[in-house]
Amino acid sequence: MNLLASLFQSSIGKKLLMAFTGLVLFGFVTGHLVGNLQIFLPPEKINAYGLLLESLGGALWLIRLFLLACVVIHIWIAIQLTIENRAARPTGYGVDHTSRATLASRVMARTGIVVLAFLVFHLAHFTIRIGHPEWSEHSYRLASGTAVRDVYTMVVQGFSNVGVSIFYIIAVGLLSYHLSHGIVSMVQSLGLKNERWTRGLEGFAVIYCWGYFLLNAAIPLAILGWLPVLSGLIHR
Amino acid sequence: MVAEKPSKKLFSVTLRVWRQAGPAAAGKFVEYPAANVNPDMSFLELIDVVNDGLTVKGDEPIAFAHDCREGICGTCSCTINGKPHGPGHGIATCQLYMRSFQEGDVITVEPFRAKAFPIQRDLVTDRAAFDKIQQAGGFISVRTGAAPDANAIPVPKEDADLAMDAASCIGCGACVAACKNASAMLFVAAKVSQFGLLPQGQPERDRRVLAMVQTMDEAGFGNCTNQYECSAVCPKNITHDFIARLNRDYVAALFRTRFQPVSNAGGGGG
Repeated sequence: MNLLASLFQSSIGKKLLMAFTGLVLFGFVTGHLVGNLQIFLPPEKINAYGLLLESLGGALWLIRLFLLACVVIHIWIAIQLTIENRAARPTGYGVDHTSRATLASRVMARTGIVVLAFLVFHLAHFTIRIGHPEWSEHSYRLASGTAVRDVYTMVVQGFSNVGVSIFYIIAVGLLSYHLSHGIVSMVQSLGLKNERWTRGLEGFAVIYCWGYFLLNAAIPLAILGWLPVLSGLIHR
Repeated sequence: MVAEKPSKKLFSVTLRVWRQAGPAAAGKFVEYPAANVNPDMSFLELIDVVNDGLTVKGDEPIAFAHDCREGICGTCSCTINGKPHGPGHGIATCQLYMRSFQEGDVITVEPFRAKAFPIQRDLVTDRAAFDKIQQAGGFISVRTGAAPDANAIPVPKEDADLAMDAASCIGCGACVAACKNASAMLFVAAKVSQFGLLPQGQPERDRRVLAMVQTMDEAGFGNCTNQYECSAVCPKNITHDFIARLNRDYVAALFRTRFQPVSNAGGGGG
């Protein structure tokens, strides 16, 4: 088999692709969170950041295409692996026993599906801006005088809807849970793990996932006015 | 049989056993009460006793795989209360004693369940898929003849220890049976690492890992999802770190063989 066929068809190749695309998406959601946290700074910051991203032009589209390819490969291989794994045990056990597989590791497909549904909604909502044509207008003037899209107001208005905020919090919660297995698992699949540093890696995954969830959840909660200090940082 | 000690209190359990007449037959659980169980009996001895009773009654005895009964051959293969090799840690079914159970327990006994391990009868499965994987690369090629001098090839102590850990795999298949996906990765990882860690295994290292993984995939095992159920039930406590090593070795072999310079030898010297 040649290299690409081996990667896409062998069991270990597929796991490597899952791990690599997972690593890219893990990096993306981390960067995305850091960008989002600018909502707690004056509107100037996040709107200038939006302009910075859009000024990448063709490069932005290359990055988007690469991320889309990672999402598609991650999902496509996950479906194949799931089908193969189910076929590998046609008759189940009379007694179900689990020694140490975590619940997070056993519901990866289910948490992944909710995250995918959220991703589609999120792109339609904020990137394509369905139902909110006014969000596409250049209605914010930066200190430099440049008129840009008012990302800040877009986020505040978007999360002022309680339903949207609750869906968002559930989705980032499940994404954190997905990552709690994924972070440790991808390191194993890439062949870079041993017992000597597993404990440290697992500790990092727990801290990262709780941090990721709480920081993400803080954004809609602050906008809804439900957080004592952070809500005061939102400019309306 | 184990000598009966007066201090040992005999007890009763119920065996709930998977009975299946043949590979294509439908199977079902059948309950067999077992009285006067000596806590020092091994689990397989209990099946022997239950089978004696069945034979006397003219019923078909429970078919189960067993051979050495001392944990080194990897033949015994029961899943007991959902766990391959039963409730113990680091033991095979033959090393499980009835003192692990209590009066009145209902003990469910099933075969290892995997598409790649078809059930032959009752608790007996065909694990020839493991033999196929071994035949694909679980060996080294050496010249036979006089025994070489000891330590002629230096091997670092750490590598020798690790290779021995991997080589302790008895090929029982509990890793497949325990895996949520019936994956054979722990077995293949152990067999690949056993040779890959030693100098004698280097000439065939890349060929070995590629061939063994390909044979594993073709046999219908599932894929590893890094849940480590395998190493939790392994009677030899083989660590899933070998799976990480297998992943690394596999991808390295893919790239090494792909980007190897092409030799122009072999054309004959005129």
